[in-house]
This record gives sequence, structure tokens and C-alpha cells, in this order.
Amino acid sequence: MNKTGFENFTRGIVKENPIFVMLLGMCPTLGVTTSALNGLGMGAATLFVLLLSNCAISLVKNLIPNQVRIPCFIVIAATFVTVVDLLMSAYLPTLHAALGIFIPLIVVNCLILGRAEAFASKNNVFQSALDALGMGLGFTIALTLLGLVREILGSGSAFGFSFVQEGAETMLMFIMPPGAFLALAGLIVVFNQLRGTDK
Amino acid sequence: MSYLMIFITAIFVNNIVLSQFLGICPFLGVSKKISTAAGMGGAVTFVMVLSTIVTYIIYHAVLLPYNLNFMITVTFILVIASLVQMVEIILKKMSPLLYQALGIFLPLITTNCTVLGVSLLVIQKDFDLAHAVCFALANALGFTLAIVLFAGLRERLALVNLPKAVQGAPIALITAGLLSMAFMGFSGIGN
Repeated sequence: MNKTGFENFTRGIVKENPIFVMLLGMCPTLGVTTSALNGLGMGAATLFVLLLSNCAISLVKNLIPNQVRIPCFIVIAATFVTVVDLLMSAYLPTLHAALGIFIPLIVVNCLILGRAEAFASKNNVFQSALDALGMGLGFTIALTLLGLVREILGSGSAFGFSFVQEGAETMLMFIMPPGAFLALAGLIVVFNQLRGTDK
Repeated sequence: MSYLMIFITAIFVNNIVLSQFLGICPFLGVSKKISTAAGMGGAVTFVMVLSTIVTYIIYHAVLLPYNLNFMITVTFILVIASLVQMVEIILKKMSPLLYQALGIFLPLITTNCTVLGVSLLVIQKDFDLAHAVCFALANALGFTLAIVLFAGLRERLALVNLPKAVQGAPIALITAGLLSMAFMGFSGIGN
């Protein structure tokens, strides 16, 4: 793997992490991360759509007139979202129900359109795939982490395995809406601190 | 469900931003000043009501009769994207001042999940057209209320000296968290 390829891959994970640094795709981030598993599922679905749409857009970028590129990108993304939606409802019905409306809403995730516009429409297929993988992984890691923090604090379990007694008092607030904002704020502060000392 | 109840639930109890987490991007992005926030709220209200009506009619007149349910995401997003384009052109012509204030954020309404989200929710909840319009309007007002309140808080926060790691996004999120906590006080009404 050459240097730029490697750079394109790793950039999304730390340096330009879509959640912690660029704040893209906040709706699913806050909406579905009531448990680590939901975060992981949402991350994987987004990664899949991002990878396919980045590749497809990079393949057809020369055929799309500049003026109508945004609608074209959205239709391409929407097609793959439909694929994911149908696949999930067939094979992972529980996860599909838990993620609910946020699955069709992947199409309006700024991350997908953002990468299409900023990267896939200017680079070749291989680099776009690497970029999508990196960004998607960064997104998945962030969502899983946020889900894990909220699940541990809010319901005293991790990936569904409970480690507190039944009926024990947990910080319920963290699986309710305000907890999402506060937990994410905390994670970003920690991330900023770590990144700051790394330099 | 009565019309009044739809309004109260959508604006206060299940606020679209603070408890359903739709439209967080503009909520965080366009909320530095009250005036811009109000403008964004107005634009979203207009687009949301219009797009809900159009998508509702398309769903019931085209998608359902021809068994094209699986095309719902693709169709809705296309309709919304073209509607936003239209609103942009009209606004540019009719109110250049507002157009200038909203700047690049108008095209971003396309990727504002509230608009697509509400259109899809209306279909999921199986409303009739009158309830659908009411639901869209109520959610748009909820969005406007949340973003204007939030902008007011952020205008004050801009004057505060904060530790470097908390500046920017974290403090905005903490503020949003507190606002969301305040709105939780409404929960239970209407159940």
C-alpha cells in the first residue's frame, strides 16, 4: 500500500474522525446509541452504504454534469440505503426494529454526501474505497464507543451482558435523550485532550 | 388523536430535535445567532409542510397502487431535493436578505433529516392528509422553538471564558443536553 493510500485510509479514523472532529452525521450518532450493539449495527450499515456509494460515485463521476451532481449523489446513496434496509429487515429484524427510522435516514447522513462531494467525485475508485473504509470505521468506532459508554452508565451492561444486580439503580439518564448529548460532549473532550497531547 | 394533542406532543413532549434527534446538524450548525436560527426555522417550516403534502400524495397516488413501496426512500429524497431547489430560487427572488442570511444552509435542508424523517413518520403512523399536515407543522414549530432557544443560550455562551478542550462542539452539546433535560419535564403529558 503506498503512502497516500494508507493516509486516505487512516485519516478518517483519528485525524478527521467524522464524529469527534468533523461532527458529521450527528442524528444517528445521538439517536441510536442507547446500547453498544445498536451503535455497532448503525455504524456497519453506514459503512456499507458509504463504501458502495463512494465506489459508485467515483466510477460515474465523469458522466455526471456538474450542475446536477448533488441530486445524482443522493439518488445513488438512496439506492444503496434501500438495499441495506431490505437486507436488514430480512436477516436482522430485531436490529432493524431497534434502529427504526434511522435506517432510511442514512441517506441524509451528511457523512455520505460529504465524502461524495469532497473525495469520491475527485479521486479514483481504489482511493475512494479506502477513504470510505477509513471514514466508515471511524464512524463505527465512535458510535460503538458512545453506545458502550451510554449502555454501561445507563443500564449497567455492555453488549447486552449485564454486570449489575437486577433492579440495581443505574444512571438511567444516560440512555435517555439528555444523556446522549452529555456523553458525546464528554467523549469529545477526552478525544480533544488526547489528540492535543499527541502532537 | 386530536389536532391540539399532536401539536403539544410534537412541540414539547417528543420534540423532534431534543428527544428524537432529527435535524441535529442544522441545530448545531446554524445556531450561533438568534436571527439566523429563526430564519432557518422558517425555511424548514415551509419546506417541511410542503414536502410532507407532496410526498404524502405521491405515496398514496403512485407508490401504493403500483406496489412500489420499496422505492419510498429514493422517491421521497428526490422530491425533497427538488422542492428545496425550488424554495431556494423563490427565496432568492422574493427575499434576497433572508437568502443572504441563510447562505449555504438552504441547500443543506435537503440533507436535513427532519424533512425526510417527518415525511416517513407520517407514512409510518398512517395519518390522513389533514393530520399529516398538522403533524408536519407541529414538528417544524418544535424544531424552530428548539433552535431559537438554543441560539439564545449560545449567544450568551460566546462571552464566557472556557477551557480549550471544552470550546466549540463540547459546550454546544452540553448546552443541548441541559435543554433536552428541561424538555423532559414535559414528558408524560398526553399519555
